[in-house]
Amino acid sequence: MKNLKTLIAIAALTTSLTALSAGRDYISVVGSSTVYPFATVVAEKFGKSTDFKTPKIESTGTGGGMKLFCKSIDINTADMTNASRRMKSSEFKMCQENGVKGIVEVLIGYDGIVVANDIKSHTFALTRKDLFLALAKEVPSEKDGELIVNPNKTWHDVRAELPNVKIEVLGPPPTSGTRDAFVELAMEGGCKQFPWIKSTKKKDKTKYKSICHTIREDGAYIEAGENDNLIIQKLQKNPDALGIFGFSFLDQNSDLVKGAAIDGSAPEFESIADGSYPVSRPLYFYVKKAHVGKIPGMSEFLEEFTSHKAMGEEGYLIDKGLIPLDEEKYQKVFSDVKNLSNLSL
Amino acid sequence: MSKNNNTSKIEKSLKRRYLKENIFKASGYASIGIAFMFLVVLLADIGIKAMPAFIQTQIELKLDLSYESLQLNPESSVAEIKKVDFRQVIRKALRKQFPDVKKRKEKKQLYSLISSGAEYQLRDMVLENKELIGNEHSFNLYADDDVDALIKGTINRKLAQSERRVKDFKISLIEVLEKNNQVSKKFNWTFFSSGDSREPELAGIKGAIMGSIYTILVTLMLSFPVAVAAAIYLEEFAPKNRMIDFIEININNLAAVPSIVFGLLGLAVFINFFSLPRSAPIVGGIVLSLMTLPTIIIASRSAIKAVPPSLREAALGLGASKMQTVFHHVFPAALPGILTGTIIGMAQALGETAPLLMIGMVAFIVDIPQTIVDPATVLPIQVFLWADSPERGFLEKTSAAILVLIGFLIIMNALAIYLRKKFEKKW
Repeated sequence: MKNLKTLIAIAALTTSLTALSAGRDYISVVGSSTVYPFATVVAEKFGKSTDFKTPKIESTGTGGGMKLFCKSIDINTADMTNASRRMKSSEFKMCQENGVKGIVEVLIGYDGIVVANDIKSHTFALTRKDLFLALAKEVPSEKDGELIVNPNKTWHDVRAELPNVKIEVLGPPPTSGTRDAFVELAMEGGCKQFPWIKSTKKKDKTKYKSICHTIREDGAYIEAGENDNLIIQKLQKNPDALGIFGFSFLDQNSDLVKGAAIDGSAPEFESIADGSYPVSRPLYFYVKKAHVGKIPGMSEFLEEFTSHKAMGEEGYLIDKGLIPLDEEKYQKVFSDVKNLSNLSL
Repeated sequence: MSKNNNTSKIEKSLKRRYLKENIFKASGYASIGIAFMFLVVLLADIGIKAMPAFIQTQIELKLDLSYESLQLNPESSVAEIKKVDFRQVIRKALRKQFPDVKKRKEKKQLYSLISSGAEYQLRDMVLENKELIGNEHSFNLYADDDVDALIKGTINRKLAQSERRVKDFKISLIEVLEKNNQVSKKFNWTFFSSGDSREPELAGIKGAIMGSIYTILVTLMLSFPVAVAAAIYLEEFAPKNRMIDFIEININNLAAVPSIVFGLLGLAVFINFFSLPRSAPIVGGIVLSLMTLPTIIIASRSAIKAVPPSLREAALGLGASKMQTVFHHVFPAALPGILTGTIIGMAQALGETAPLLMIGMVAFIVDIPQTIVDPATVLPIQVFLWADSPERGFLEKTSAAILVLIGFLIIMNALAIYLRKKFEKKW
């Protein structure tokens, strides 16, 4: 009896809820955990300063966000997705096939990836080639075209000018977007400085990728989880270790850790903004055009996000560690958002 | 002769047996001691780290709320008051107090003494009490998280300038405020009365607490009746056949399924198929009730099994029907055990994050959920989100949120013990 009643109750509840959820009155955002700290700040300001509800920001990762975003045009799917890289053409196709046709791309700024260590420890000045030689699973030997298992034990082995300490790098696991970006920008950047490896790219792309993208697994690179705060705590306990994380964490913890210069450029706000710091990546969000006007507050939220006081050079997102766009790019983004220009890949 | 022999044998072994017993006792004490020590170290560590989160630094400022400066008149509507730029009001007061600060960079430092949320704090205070408009009043405004950390001592003033976040200039400003007794430390009510925020000084746990309560309520409403009914049927009514055996094995297996699997199920069935809203306590509650069902069924069954058969036989012998026997005698007698099992199941659900990950409850939600369909997050997820935030102030908030979560668990376990003691019968 009781069983049956509960079942009926659940059934009744479900039907009424389905009806309820149709009238969503808040914006739903999914996507990258790197963009999350910025999107949330805008959402909070928006919720407090307007009469609209505060948008809900989920941290699902870039890939997961794309899947949710591109699922369908249905009003219950996400309105926006954050991404710490550009939308892939395969994802764009998935969107198109599922009927999500009108997409607006918004570039919000840049994020630097830093290699840092304890503030009282050695000062490192690295190159991308150093990072590749220190962290790749296999490195080229003296003979062209030959690879050997990475023999480098200390930074001194990598390059004679570097301090003689054991190579110990704490970094994010393979599931992380930060790791993807680090491998692509830093490791590959150093890897292709070997002419014969660069030439492999044309002949055998898989081989090229496996040389440049594979991180050593003998304990020199330690996967420290997705939590960047944890990496910073560990760096303080182990002054010889280096850590890899986002610029905003360096910015917030500049009294505890210091960033290593890469290719002669220190991880500072200005150097990331002008592109001279080599390990930085663009941050985006994507908007479903069909939901603008249907979900209350969409256009106002877009306006707030792209306003000068948010992502402009002195905006509040910049205080949170976002690297702003230059004026020309900003103007383009601003007009794209205003006209809701369609993305085409 | 042989009897004597035995006694001496026993006497000889006696010492050895006592020794064995003592060793066993000692190792028992040692394990309890070690477990207790770990618990104390863990709780003390969290407790010490959490302490600063319960205190909040406020800065007293004299704000000019005259009609001219707010550009209002006595007949202004609520909407007009909402439009007032309260940030400028605060900044004006700061400039008035520090007229020497002229450079742009220094002004930025000056403005950053006060939290960026203070303008909304002020707006809400004015809206609540409109009589404030028209005069000059002193307000205690939230200090920025860096100032807060400095006042609490989390940032050491004695370090070299390059090694600390708050620079000398800002410290000199704070020292002036301190000399004028404008800086005060208050109990942090905000932490208990507001939702999440990206500013550590404004972040509160209420949203997560409400989310947890709604989720647990849904879980309880669904899993308790279903699980108890299932347990009663299986123990008292079910025939002994293969089908029932099969069901029993499945229930026991279900208890061992990793919780993330339930999250995937919830995503596929409740969100994708029934199109329930993402991130809502209703879906979280349904998913968690699937997870707690086997726990409650198993606990309830053993409670029902523990009711002496003589009770049933007496009832049946006096002419009660099977159903009367169960509901009048067996069920009340088994209730304490069932309740204990339920509360343990609920406590488990309260601390669960993995299944909620899949259904979108790992989200930044500022508004406090009002119903079970509003987007919400729960306590353990709030801990996770804060632990992952770059701002230093969230470190203490994380520990404080853990304390709140542990507090809830202690309350639930205490309730379980109380109910058991109250209803327990001995026979």
